[in-house]
Amino acid sequence: MDKIDAIVVGGGLAGLSAAYRLADAGKQVILLERGDAPGSKNVTGGRIYTGPVRKYLPEIIDSAPFERHVVKEMITVLDEKGGFQFEYGSEKWKSEPYMSYTVLRAKFDSWFADQAAQKGAFIIPKKKVDELLWEDGRVAGIRSGEEEIGAHIVIAADGALSFLAQKAGLRPPHKPESFAVAMKEVYQLDEKTIEDRFGLGPGEGAAGLFMGSITRGMFGGGFLYTNRDTLSLGLVVGIDALGKQGGAIAAPDLMEEFNGRPEVRRWIRGGELKEYSAHLISEAGIGAVPKLYTGGMLVAGDAAGFALNLGLTVRGMEFAIATGVMAADTAVEALEQNDLSEGCLSGYEKKLRESFVLPDMETFRHSRDVLDRQRFFTVYPKFICELFDELFTVGDGPKKGLYRTAKAVAKKYVLNMETVKDLMAARKV
Amino acid sequence: MTMKVEEKIALNAIKNDKKSHILFDQSICAGCKERMCIAVCPAHLYSLNEETGEMVVEYAGCLECGTCVIACIYGSITWDYPGGEYGVQYRYG
Repeated sequence: MDKIDAIVVGGGLAGLSAAYRLADAGKQVILLERGDAPGSKNVTGGRIYTGPVRKYLPEIIDSAPFERHVVKEMITVLDEKGGFQFEYGSEKWKSEPYMSYTVLRAKFDSWFADQAAQKGAFIIPKKKVDELLWEDGRVAGIRSGEEEIGAHIVIAADGALSFLAQKAGLRPPHKPESFAVAMKEVYQLDEKTIEDRFGLGPGEGAAGLFMGSITRGMFGGGFLYTNRDTLSLGLVVGIDALGKQGGAIAAPDLMEEFNGRPEVRRWIRGGELKEYSAHLISEAGIGAVPKLYTGGMLVAGDAAGFALNLGLTVRGMEFAIATGVMAADTAVEALEQNDLSEGCLSGYEKKLRESFVLPDMETFRHSRDVLDRQRFFTVYPKFICELFDELFTVGDGPKKGLYRTAKAVAKKYVLNMETVKDLMAARKV
Repeated sequence: MTMKVEEKIALNAIKNDKKSHILFDQSICAGCKERMCIAVCPAHLYSLNEETGEMVVEYAGCLECGTCVIACIYGSITWDYPGGEYGVQYRYG
């Protein structure tokens, strides 16, 4: 079979980064994307942190059509009847290089695909890859419908479900406890209204996190990002938790409960809903990262389980870009040595180990175990809300001293052995 | 103010394939008590037909997240991406 240098499966950030880099190195590369254009099947929360990835693709990161640079972080802790909201803003986030940007993927990814095409990559949309082709025990190309395309190397960047990694025997079937599902709504609002409402200057953005009763005690939380003239509002919840609650609430109803909260309404009111999307999030950390290579094939981005949820920061896109670039660099080296064996491609894992990717995944190995402690979604939010409720409430009788009030609420919720256990567990992150 | 999930899905750009990309093994579904697919699907596409006792999926509204196939620990659901050209096309993402 005739072979081209490389096939990249999937036009997300991992695939686009790989195709861009391979083309930039002068290799023949075809990227196959099942949607109408790269980005049309992709969803982010989302925000991208530029620090970890600028060095990999500076020309992309510094000219990409991002939405707003984030200058303000907002956190809202909710119980059933109220919410405690606080925000942190920093002047240093207002100067370049900006630390993070809000992103909409349809726009960003299709722009990125144009950049890769200009470097010489062939971007072919509307092509779903069905199977891997094998030759002498190695991956040797792909089949899409009736069409077969041979390649010296296949980079699987086919997203969180990664049927290709499974077909190549690199990972076992996915488990519900390793994933959360994110539901997201995009609301249109004009730029001026967004800036006035969130207290932002032109081009500045805000990022919001919500936690507590909105997930009814299940693992997860809400997010809100300001884009240029839209807002991204979403809710993330663990799939096993959602499945095990005996149908008490269906996922879309949980989303409706969330966007109906006054603490959320205040931000989105007047906005016109434009899109409703959903996406999987790998939550298992390094525990669910599969084998990353086999003869003739590398796995990058979500397909390799690269995502990190630390509660306050949720990262995926940086891992996709970095692993896409490093997969491409490994492929270039292997093509030049004319050795696409598993042994040669193991250099990919070495590169990931020397970068931020595997060290970060390793450092936060236990973050999911810690975040999965149910009290983080029930007892602590309740404690915070009730504490402020008691402190602010003036009733008809004499008011107790502030210290006594606080102590009584703390005693009710957090002055116990369970809290000590949670604190002990939290030392792992 | 609340919106039905069908109304939300109707806002999306979706090109429907004639054949479903989601298939069941009804014999497995018949023995399933949890029916987790119903609760976890963000588009609420799964339901039980009370008359026939069979599971039904309105595949045309699929958001292509894959949550159902992960949630179905009994392996009844066979789920593939819709063919190229079909399915949801996100305009924001």
